[in-house]
Amino acid sequence: MKALLLLSAALAFATPLAAETIAITGGKVATAIGETIIDGGTVIIRDGRIVAVGSSMAVPVGATVIDAKGQWVTPGIFAGMAYMGASEVDGVDQTNDTGASKSPYSAAVDLAPGINPSATNVAVERQGGVTRAAVGVNASHEIFGGQGVLLSLATGYDRVTRPRAFQFAELGEEGGHLAGGSRPVAYLNFRNALHEAERYAAAPAKFESGRERESLVTQLDAAALVAVVQGRQLLVVHVERAQDILNVLALRSEFPKLRLVLFGAREGWLVAPQIAAAKVPVITQPMLDNPNSFESMASTKSNVGRMVKAGVIVGLGLLEQDAHWQARDLPNYAGNMVAQARMPGGVGLSWGEALRSVTAIPAAIYGMTDTGTLASGQRGDVVVWDGDPLELTSAPTAVLIDGVRQPLTSRQTELRDRYLSLQHDQMPLAYPR
Amino acid sequence: MRNLTLAALLLTAACTAQKPPPQTASAKPAETVRIPADPFPSTYKPYPGVTTVIQNVNIYDGAGHKLIGGAVRLENGKVAEIGKTVAVPAGAQVIDGAGKWLTPGIIDIHSHLGVYASPGVQAHSDGNEATGPNRAEVWAEHSVWPQDPQFTRALAGGITTLHILPGSADLFGGRGVTLRNVLGRSAQDMKFPGAKPSLKMACGENPKRVFGSKGQSPQTRMGNIAVDRQVWSDAVIYKRKWDDYNRRAAAGTAKPTDAPRRELANDTLMGVLNGDILVQNHCYRADEMANVIAMSKEFGYHVSAFHHAVEAYKIADQLKANTICAAMWADWWGFKMESYDGIRENIALVDNAGACAIVHSDDSDGIQRLNQEAAKALGAGRRAGLTITPEHAWEWLSLNPAKGLGIEAETGSLEPGKRADVVLWNGEPFSVYSRPEKVWIDGAVMYDAADPRKRPVTDFELGQPGRGDVK
Repeated sequence: MKALLLLSAALAFATPLAAETIAITGGKVATAIGETIIDGGTVIIRDGRIVAVGSSMAVPVGATVIDAKGQWVTPGIFAGMAYMGASEVDGVDQTNDTGASKSPYSAAVDLAPGINPSATNVAVERQGGVTRAAVGVNASHEIFGGQGVLLSLATGYDRVTRPRAFQFAELGEEGGHLAGGSRPVAYLNFRNALHEAERYAAAPAKFESGRERESLVTQLDAAALVAVVQGRQLLVVHVERAQDILNVLALRSEFPKLRLVLFGAREGWLVAPQIAAAKVPVITQPMLDNPNSFESMASTKSNVGRMVKAGVIVGLGLLEQDAHWQARDLPNYAGNMVAQARMPGGVGLSWGEALRSVTAIPAAIYGMTDTGTLASGQRGDVVVWDGDPLELTSAPTAVLIDGVRQPLTSRQTELRDRYLSLQHDQMPLAYPR
Repeated sequence: MRNLTLAALLLTAACTAQKPPPQTASAKPAETVRIPADPFPSTYKPYPGVTTVIQNVNIYDGAGHKLIGGAVRLENGKVAEIGKTVAVPAGAQVIDGAGKWLTPGIIDIHSHLGVYASPGVQAHSDGNEATGPNRAEVWAEHSVWPQDPQFTRALAGGITTLHILPGSADLFGGRGVTLRNVLGRSAQDMKFPGAKPSLKMACGENPKRVFGSKGQSPQTRMGNIAVDRQVWSDAVIYKRKWDDYNRRAAAGTAKPTDAPRRELANDTLMGVLNGDILVQNHCYRADEMANVIAMSKEFGYHVSAFHHAVEAYKIADQLKANTICAAMWADWWGFKMESYDGIRENIALVDNAGACAIVHSDDSDGIQRLNQEAAKALGAGRRAGLTITPEHAWEWLSLNPAKGLGIEAETGSLEPGKRADVVLWNGEPFSVYSRPEKVWIDGAVMYDAADPRKRPVTDFELGQPGRGDVK
């Protein structure tokens, strides 16, 4: 009975309350618009949307007040690429839906049914202030990984805000490997697949007739790539090497409608003017500076800063599913970009740019322009932090998604609470104390 | 210092054994066969430094103290003095540390730099001799590529000493080696003089997966322990044979041909049983650490540190009782089943129990910012209600790993007489906005953010895009 009550309490907590008004008062409000920070600012949220942001505003009658005095207020963190919800334990195949090396399909794969909003990593990332993420698919047997989603990290089910938000492709070292052993083959596969998509779009019913028997593209994959070749779906391409970046940009001479996003681009700074001129945004992980492959020889912590200085739009994300690369660390990565700006000869970001690289910019890259800043009309995705949000020792004290306050508990907080004291004289630790 | 003396003694003994026996008037003493204690000796030589005073600087001394507006003098490669003010000898270089912070160099007790070098191509995969569960005969130092560019990035992150381990495919992965983070032409050029080697052991999923998937033992956790115990049991016999031979040789009753056949894996294991080699044990789960503690008592050895001890917080009291360090990430979790219970409070909870807590990297990216990992752990611990000062937390980064490596008498804190392994930070070092500005190793400036000539470039990077860039 007690468990039932707890459960219903939890449900009530997670369900948006109709016509709820929330006022976050007295905080240091970083809006992620330019360098704006409003001291003692107020953010008012009604029915899931921000309706006012400013200083010395009256709290609406009946509003739930979150006192943010001495704290910071920012938009929720938007991970430009992450993997929460798509796997529970990466190394346990049964729980990992991020790739499928034994499937005959690639581009057609839609990650949405693989998302489990109850995965414990969703709660852990949310506890760190991450409210939304582009969740990626790993290319596991072809250069195309399939279609990733935009995910809300709110509690509850059906949290895919936008399925099939982007197609993912590998065209660097990994692309060459997946395609059969070389970059030229990867490009051949890419061009073949997109031409097959065009042929499918022209006459779907005739797709199977007259094809070469050994054609590499299934009908479902060709159909899925129509949106890419027609520019209705983003194509996120993973490349690192400077020349690979130029080669990807050049694909638009053959497929002019491609809406490209460069992913990785660790040598992007070498060709930053060309990326900027092509108006192609970049999602990258900023601190990697080892030449750990022959395609990332020029890796440097100044990569992001130099690209931004050249006019490239850069948002931060995680380069792959990896133990120590967690979306909740993205604000720290952003903070490190501020540090890089202070190094002799280093190029980094201003504080405002850094915050935007983990909020407004990735949201905008994925076309989600109603989140990522604190402004009237935006979704109520707001985080209150107990200190500078980019600092290592800071943590959220309140997380709101679509105007709904989220729990800041997780399996990890329960483990912590169980083992805070190791005293077990009366009963084993497994019993509630 | 004691380590140094011991090593010197052993070294002398080994050299003596190689010389022809001295001729005396009395009967010719029988030749004694000895196992060389140090066949790949350190050739590391500190680089020249100048007497340097950093003053008006804030200090975490690594031994739990904070000094606001203090000073340190580095002289003859050693920390000579630390205090509110220090003597400034004529000709000393004086650095004004206003607004800056000084700490001991960071020590990473768990690294694979050099054995998994950049670029990470198959040809550089030299960390796991995964051809048998007991490969105690291999030495990580024989895989270390001193041209690995990753050493230079770690240096820019304030790493002055690091322990290079074999991987965790095997139950007994081989010997680890402690290095100064100073590039050389060979691994011997980097070896920390006198530092004891380690034996890398591994619990859990990796060994049982690697060998189980080949249809070999171990295939289960019980298999892990069974194979471990048989190996230790055999090592005890090996040691008994050598002890017996050594006794008889000392008494002059043994012929050289009585010396047991050398078995290199057993040499390493006997070194552990004799206390000359430290056990660094990869072990995630609390229950498995408990099994290992019991096993170590059965065979009479001591585990220096459990590494990747994701569940150390569950048995922090036992770690303290058995004086075993836990080397931990700040927050890695969930990548494999045995890492599922990782929590951000782990380091702080282990520390709070009075056990020896260490922040480690196991990673060429993480090693560059171990201070930031410690900061995350510090924040999480405080939010859990623990009182932790930053000056205490710095022990997780230098003094505690030094203890885990048995080099705490020489480095790990800014105490007079210790090696001048020092980092000058451009701000408070637990802040995300701070970076190392200068790094001294044995009193020599080996990295200076403001001076491109003080940024090492490995052979591999010459002629490549980005060489010598600000990293």
